Amino acid sequence: MLSALAMITVRNPVHAALFLVLAFFTSGALWLLLEAEFLGIVLVLVYVGAVMVLFLFVVMMLDINIAKMRAGYAKYLPVGLIVGAAMAAEMIIILTKSNFEHAQANAKPADYSNTQELGKLLFTDYVYPFEIAGVILLVAIIAAITLTIRKRTVSKQQKPHQQISAQRKDRVRLVDLDRE
Amino acid sequence: MITLTHFLVLGAILFSLSIAGIFLNRKNIILLLMAIELMLLAVNMNFVAFSYYLDDLAGQVFVFFILTVAAAEAAIGLAILVVLYRNRSTINVQDIDNLKG
Repeated sequence: MLSALAMITVRNPVHAALFLVLAFFTSGALWLLLEAEFLGIVLVLVYVGAVMVLFLFVVMMLDINIAKMRAGYAKYLPVGLIVGAAMAAEMIIILTKSNFEHAQANAKPADYSNTQELGKLLFTDYVYPFEIAGVILLVAIIAAITLTIRKRTVSKQQKPHQQISAQRKDRVRLVDLDRE
Repeated sequence: MITLTHFLVLGAILFSLSIAGIFLNRKNIILLLMAIELMLLAVNMNFVAFSYYLDDLAGQVFVFFILTVAAAEAAIGLAILVVLYRNRSTINVQDIDNLKG
């Protein structure tokens, strides 16, 4: 349906990120159509809001010589297109041959809440994976921060061990002055 | 009437596009990471479509976890990329051959 939009995702740097945002937006809308409201909104919030901003940030922060990056692009073009087209063709052939027509969605009652049902399932049957997911996110936070943090050399801070171990003889020097 | 097959074909097209993207942009790690994100999106699309047409909410739970892991992976990947750029001032895949024997 709307996948042609994602086609341009495989082009140049900042535009590629923006097109990826567009692809995420459209698939979020498709998920809304599939009555996965919660996931659709989470996709837009998390991906468009957080991950893609991160990507854009890195792309712009690391300003890269694009022309050099694009060298050899034409060399990979045919093989990339051939591989992609071949995979797409195979999968589409298989998918259209196989019969999924019996799979039919049942109509939901009017007061059906996707978020509520998902929450019920998530906190009953899937509590343990849910907590593991939380731990994974925590690990990601800590790893990202510790990887990118830079030791500030200009910041002034106290060194408690030196303060505590300071003796009187280190600081005070008694001087005998001659009386005039 | 949109059937399950349509969504599966869409997922397949997205997946193939991201594979082609990996082949085309194999000099630029950022674009490689973005192609991987697109791949995960294609997989998630399949999961959601199956979950809707088979009336099973477990698929959506799985998509939730995939999103979590993908976000973590993107964050760590970009952090590594920033450190790499600071040290080597390049993100060209072909220049990163420190471990070559």
